[in-house]
Amino acid sequence: MASIAEPTPAALSTSRPKVTIVPVQGLPIVAVVIVGLVVAIATNSTWALDFYHVAGGGLWTAIDLFLGLVLGPIMGTMSIPSRIELSSRLMPKLLLIMPTIVTMTLGSGFQLARTLGKLSASYPQHGWLVASYIVVGVMAVIALGLLEPANIAVLFELRKPEPNGARIQRLMKVFIYTAGITGLMQVATLVIMTKIATS
Amino acid sequence: MEAHQPVAERPLPPIQQIAITVLVLIVIGGIYTAAHLPRHVPQGPTITLLVAAGVLLGVNIVLLARIEHFAWQAFRLVAGWVLVAYLVIAGMLEYVFVYDNTSGTQLVILSLMLAVFALDIPLLLGFSVARFQDPA
Repeated sequence: MASIAEPTPAALSTSRPKVTIVPVQGLPIVAVVIVGLVVAIATNSTWALDFYHVAGGGLWTAIDLFLGLVLGPIMGTMSIPSRIELSSRLMPKLLLIMPTIVTMTLGSGFQLARTLGKLSASYPQHGWLVASYIVVGVMAVIALGLLEPANIAVLFELRKPEPNGARIQRLMKVFIYTAGITGLMQVATLVIMTKIATS
Repeated sequence: MEAHQPVAERPLPPIQQIAITVLVLIVIGGIYTAAHLPRHVPQGPTITLLVAAGVLLGVNIVLLARIEHFAWQAFRLVAGWVLVAYLVIAGMLEYVFVYDNTSGTQLVILSLMLAVFALDIPLLLGFSVARFQDPA
């Protein structure tokens, strides 16, 4: 994992963009996705559930892998103003995107497994299914307990007239490391899901 | 940099750690339940996890309420909006449980686990932000 340089107050005060916590213009898209999920579950449409699960899971895995193993290490080596500019634009979007795709993936996945009878203990791959619950559970704890608090705290710190550079450095280190861990755990998800899908 | 030290360096109770522990207990309960569904889920372990999570959440709320000179405005802002978001998520999960014919004690246990989850995350995120804000 890349090391993170110490930001200086001077670096933080130069060309700092205005930070938005939640991009309100994205909320209607989130609402449409969530309503679609409710309809998919209510109608038990195999295609709709499969679409939500595959599309959501693909996006979730790809974004986690990209953030954790590609963008995270790159951010660690960027100059402080560049990193702040990238973070202040990227993190608010992630605040909407990640919970939405996680909800659509897990909600549709559970219902799909139920509809197809794969929740049953007699299902030959039940052990793999439980393994996927455990992987998702660990990722949920990391994301909700560490990654998301660091993400939001950085955004609020960046809104201050004089952000605390050392604090941003600490919080971003948490964000980058936890994104890396969840990225690696997504590899386990890929193994489990391809195993279930092909058996 | 010095001006920020009083907020950053002051000792605070382990609210974040306790909130993460509550989250872990709820997640374990969820995994245990999901691993048994749609069969009957043995209730002893889930009730134990739920009670432990509820007690720790209560302890966390008390610890939080006793903090002096805290940025309550920032806490309320973040925790309030996160609570709205998580009530929607918890509501959707509750809908799925009912829709899938979960009933009786199992539904009560799952609903209470959702309630603890929906309160724990706003508390965690609100605290994570407010701890670094200057008290108004």
